[in-house]
Amino acid sequence: MAQVIVVTSGKGGVGKTTTSAAIATGLALAGKKTVVIDFDVGLRNLDLIMGVERRVVFDIVNVIQGEARLNQALIRDKRVDGLAILPASQTRDKDALTKEGVAEIIEELGKDFDYILCDSPAGIEKGALLALYFADQAIVVTNPEVSSVRDSDRILGVLQSKSKRAEEKRDKVKEHLLVTRYDPNRVERGEMLKLEDVREILAIPLLGVIPENESVLRASNTGMPVILDTESVAGQAYKDAVGRFLGEELPHRFLEPDKKPGLLRRLFGGRAA
Amino acid sequence: MSWLDFFRANRKPEPASATQAKERLQIVLAHERIGRTREDFLPRLQQDLVAVVARYVAIDPGKVNVALDRGGDISTLAIEIELPGAKPASAGASAEAVRA
Ligand SMILES: Nc1ncnc2c1ncn2[C@@H]1O[C@H](COP(=O)(O)OP(=O)(O)OP(=O)(O)O)[C@@H](O)[C@H]1O
Ligand SMILES: [Mg+2]
Repeated sequence: MAQVIVVTSGKGGVGKTTTSAAIATGLALAGKKTVVIDFDVGLRNLDLIMGVERRVVFDIVNVIQGEARLNQALIRDKRVDGLAILPASQTRDKDALTKEGVAEIIEELGKDFDYILCDSPAGIEKGALLALYFADQAIVVTNPEVSSVRDSDRILGVLQSKSKRAEEKRDKVKEHLLVTRYDPNRVERGEMLKLEDVREILAIPLLGVIPENESVLRASNTGMPVILDTESVAGQAYKDAVGRFLGEELPHRFLEPDKKPGLLRRLFGGRAA
Repeated sequence: MSWLDFFRANRKPEPASATQAKERLQIVLAHERIGRTREDFLPRLQQDLVAVVARYVAIDPGKVNVALDRGGDISTLAIEIELPGAKPASAGASAEAVRA
């Protein structure tokens, strides 16, 4: 049976889509057949981050409403074998998604894929609830910042009360914490919550820490999931996270600040690049 | 950064804001996690208290002042109800609520 993984956060703009694209690509690179579904109906973006925006013909709403077959809507990635994308609709709203429709899609995808990733929209409304409803596992994307941590805590509560697993009183959804946009320099200056603080507060297993890194913007500019930028620290951190997800034990990297800035740097106030 | 900041930067730093972030989160989440399993009873408690007072004196619902302070170990709910009439115009009801 395929594993359904929701990438969620409550708060918007914390890096869910970046993470969905990177982890889906990483899983496929590791030989797992993976499909990633954009649940952000009305605000489609995963297609851009995956670099397939020009190939979108049909979307998840067309499939649910019987206007297209699932196979017609799936976009197969040209760079990575075994990777597919199911785009969100850009013109309809979230009400076009139904639980029954999504259930059918997931059931059918489960025959062909090992992993089904669901890129959740922000919030805890219908779109986000549907994205997490069928999840076996959840990657909770959190920035080291008060509102993001609070919203992650909230979404953890929702996972344990409103998911299908919770409703059917089965084993609970397996939770993974992914801290993103982590800036060790700001942490050292006491301006940003430390990793240990976020871990202590949310108290779920840590999948990885993705540093704040300019390579993420570059990757989105070019439509290439950042994990394919193997030189970049964010790409490497995502690769580690995928490794841990698949059971490898890897140390967490990129948690230490840059070397102390020199006197001139401090005098003229350069910020870390 | 001015030259003054440069010297400031070398002094002992002020208590870092990240520490406050952690403390504030711990307190607010302790409360929100309680509300998750049990419906938040505070709004109903407020209504009930006001209703009890209203049984004895006619009160103006607009003159009920409710203040809640969610703390780490103890929370306080203060309800101030202005009583009409010639007598001294205020009575207080105070209830200790959630323990985190
Ligand atoms: N590790 C990182 N370093 C630097 N920038 C990042 C990082 N992760 C994400 N970003 C940037 O943050 C912004 C939001 O990212 P993304 O779209 O992935 O978030 P989201 O959670 O999917 O947002 P939404 O809630 O709107 O769907 C983007 O501009 C992205 O480039
Ligand atoms: Mg997104």
